[in-house]
Amino acid sequence: MTAPGREAPPRRSVAYWLQITFVRLGVLPFLLLIAVIIFTLMSDNFLTGRNLMNVVRQSTYLTLVSMGQMFALLTGGFDLSVGTIVAVTSVFGASAMAAAYVAMPEAVWLSIVIGIVAGVAAGMAIGVVNGVGVALFNVSPFMMTLGMASVGFGIALYMTGGVPVYGMPIEFGDRFGFGDLLGIPTPVAVTLMLIAVLYVLVNWTRLGRHFYAVGGNIKAATLSGIDTRATLFLAYVLAGAMAAIAGMLLTARLDTGEANIGASMPLESIAACVIAGVSLRGGVGRVENVVLGALFIGLVQNGMNLARIESYLQTVVIGVLLIVAVVADQFRLRAMANLQD
Amino acid sequence: MLALDRVDFDLRPGEVHVLFGENGAGKSTLISLVAGVHKPTAGTIRFRGAPLELNSVHHARSLGISAVFQEFSLVPQMTVEQNLFLGAEQTSGGLLSKTEMHKQAQQILDRLGFPLRPTQQVDRLSRAEQQMVEIAKAFRADLSVLILDEPTASLTERETDRLFALIEQVKAQGVGIIYITHRVSEIRRIGDRITVLRDGRYIATVPAATTSESELVRLMTGRVIEQIFPQISFHPGELMLEVEQLCSEDGVVRDVSIEVRRGEIVGLAGLVGSGKSEVARACFGIEPIASGRVHFDGEDTTGFPPRQMLDRGFFYIPPDRRAEGLVMMRSVRENVALPSLNREAFSRGPLLRRRSERQIVQELASRLSLQPPRTEREVDHFSGGNQQKVLLAKCLTREVKAYVFDEPTVGVDVGTRVAIYGFIRDLCEAGAAVLLVSSDLPEILHLTNRAYVMYRGALKAELKGEEITQEAVLGHFFEREAA
Repeated sequence: MTAPGREAPPRRSVAYWLQITFVRLGVLPFLLLIAVIIFTLMSDNFLTGRNLMNVVRQSTYLTLVSMGQMFALLTGGFDLSVGTIVAVTSVFGASAMAAAYVAMPEAVWLSIVIGIVAGVAAGMAIGVVNGVGVALFNVSPFMMTLGMASVGFGIALYMTGGVPVYGMPIEFGDRFGFGDLLGIPTPVAVTLMLIAVLYVLVNWTRLGRHFYAVGGNIKAATLSGIDTRATLFLAYVLAGAMAAIAGMLLTARLDTGEANIGASMPLESIAACVIAGVSLRGGVGRVENVVLGALFIGLVQNGMNLARIESYLQTVVIGVLLIVAVVADQFRLRAMANLQD
Repeated sequence: MLALDRVDFDLRPGEVHVLFGENGAGKSTLISLVAGVHKPTAGTIRFRGAPLELNSVHHARSLGISAVFQEFSLVPQMTVEQNLFLGAEQTSGGLLSKTEMHKQAQQILDRLGFPLRPTQQVDRLSRAEQQMVEIAKAFRADLSVLILDEPTASLTERETDRLFALIEQVKAQGVGIIYITHRVSEIRRIGDRITVLRDGRYIATVPAATTSESELVRLMTGRVIEQIFPQISFHPGELMLEVEQLCSEDGVVRDVSIEVRRGEIVGLAGLVGSGKSEVARACFGIEPIASGRVHFDGEDTTGFPPRQMLDRGFFYIPPDRRAEGLVMMRSVRENVALPSLNREAFSRGPLLRRRSERQIVQELASRLSLQPPRTEREVDHFSGGNQQKVLLAKCLTREVKAYVFDEPTVGVDVGTRVAIYGFIRDLCEAGAAVLLVSSDLPEILHLTNRAYVMYRGALKAELKGEEITQEAVLGHFFEREAA
């Protein structure tokens, strides 16, 4: 800080640069640093190559869901049904795959493809309904996705009676759950591919630009000739598609179709996005940051596991982190106004 | 920029003191100081002879200074009586005395003669009825100063008469009234003295009874007019936009027919709420059309959505850049390119050509002398005038045959005004058709070669060339006495 009327000093304090970093990058780098320090101190096994690879592998599912969530957030809404979509995908995919496998035990790969298509289609169908409700009938995203979360969860439980679905070919789990693709675990490889695809979609296509415009100012988007309904619709379909792909990969990892997975996904995916600086008001957010946000949450969960923190308490920590991120975002807006160059 | 620069103003008990001036002259700022909304940076307010420092609207109210602003301070989900007592709810023993408030609300409405029920919900009321609630709110307390900011803008003749009778009544009780209006006829009817402001400066205080209308307009606009407005050579050519007997679905526009040719600037004048903006918006596909046709460039485009109108070369520049024009938290580059992303210069197939985009936007920024010329910066971080330039740059990203400027100079300083007028002139002289929607009288007078005047949703007059005089437009614009 300088006395009024004097020129800016040539040397700036550490606090100043911290503030600049905070405004530019948000709260995530700070949280990441703090988490790494704390968990390294708490457990010797934390900062090892093998464990960090574990973190990456475990985080892939949340990364996929969070990237989908980002589209809903970018357009100024959110998707509370991502967890249900994961569950529905898992149940439908596993049931279809098991049925196809029973019908034609010879055609292993055909039944796997049938299962994946059925699962992803079922999950995306929920995204389509969300999109129709929000874009065409102007239902608030909160009510629409909350309602669909209940509908989907009910269907998944009704179909399975709450019992896991068995009977998928062993090759499915071997390839998509535990297998490698070009030396990288398959879920990680699939996630990397989708990160690349979505990065291009968001930054290098018209549709990507339209998401930002619709979320930033829907009236200005309309006047600029953007089909705002189609854009909103596609945001929820994309959110559904990403959750569905995550659901299929998770099913492969668990080797069963489960109606009870994904319950924590809505909170965790929104937390990952918000920590990564995606604005809840819409119009602001970057794919690469969201990936880091999801990795951060995976890192915290892994660290807490290694430090033997009880799973009930872990839920507390994730909730607190989400709120801290939102509060920090408010401070950031204020700091940004102060630092206006 | 000062919104108000060393303005003197005094109000006597029992008088109606009219504030007169153009949009942005500082009238609203002055009353917001008196009503306790903002604090003056210099100067003092004296109340009954003693210096006064107003801390809040609440403080002002407690002294009997009550204001009715153009923007309503009503909670739409609440009833009329809940709104009337908002922030001053009456209680007994910690609980709301609802019957008592209901009775008082009914009394106030009866006294004012407004046909409202206290239990009606405010968002079910028409704009005029909401205006009545707002006025009733001011009349609730014991008054010493009453501020009315264009209170009749959405009232009918009968409601206006009723309001004027009330003003006479409180005037007789010694209340001082500050009255803002654009309408000369109202000044004649109820005004005692008139203070004219221009560009935030005090111009003169004159008696209402003896000052002529032309004198008022001279004071309001000043002589600087010749320096603000450019000389434009019009060459009306082929017909670009033709509107036939247009009626909007919400009934705001009734049976309007206009036409705009290449190489001319056509004015669409009228007060706020006269439906002039809706005509333009219906042509651009954002206002539902009930009946009538819109032809653009020889093609029937009735009800076409914005995308199709843009692709045919029709561009609508909205009045409120924050609400409708710009995506504030995105960069200048993204904003400018937004309407034209489907053009070849900006994308190939589904992929964007970001290098070409950056170059084009950079060129436009220097052409419009954007300050600072940083196109990656968020629009929110630019000054109002520069944001307006970003808005204008949007329509230079593609070939446009017809432009609609909807109130292009609301809330911008004189320097930017001159730049915008020059911009419009260049477009027109390059052969584009321009429709200028404006409630700013000088703008219509000095920029257009033809002007339509609208009044309450219908076309009232079409004026050509030499016919566009202050007298002629004002006649239809301000609803003159004994027309």
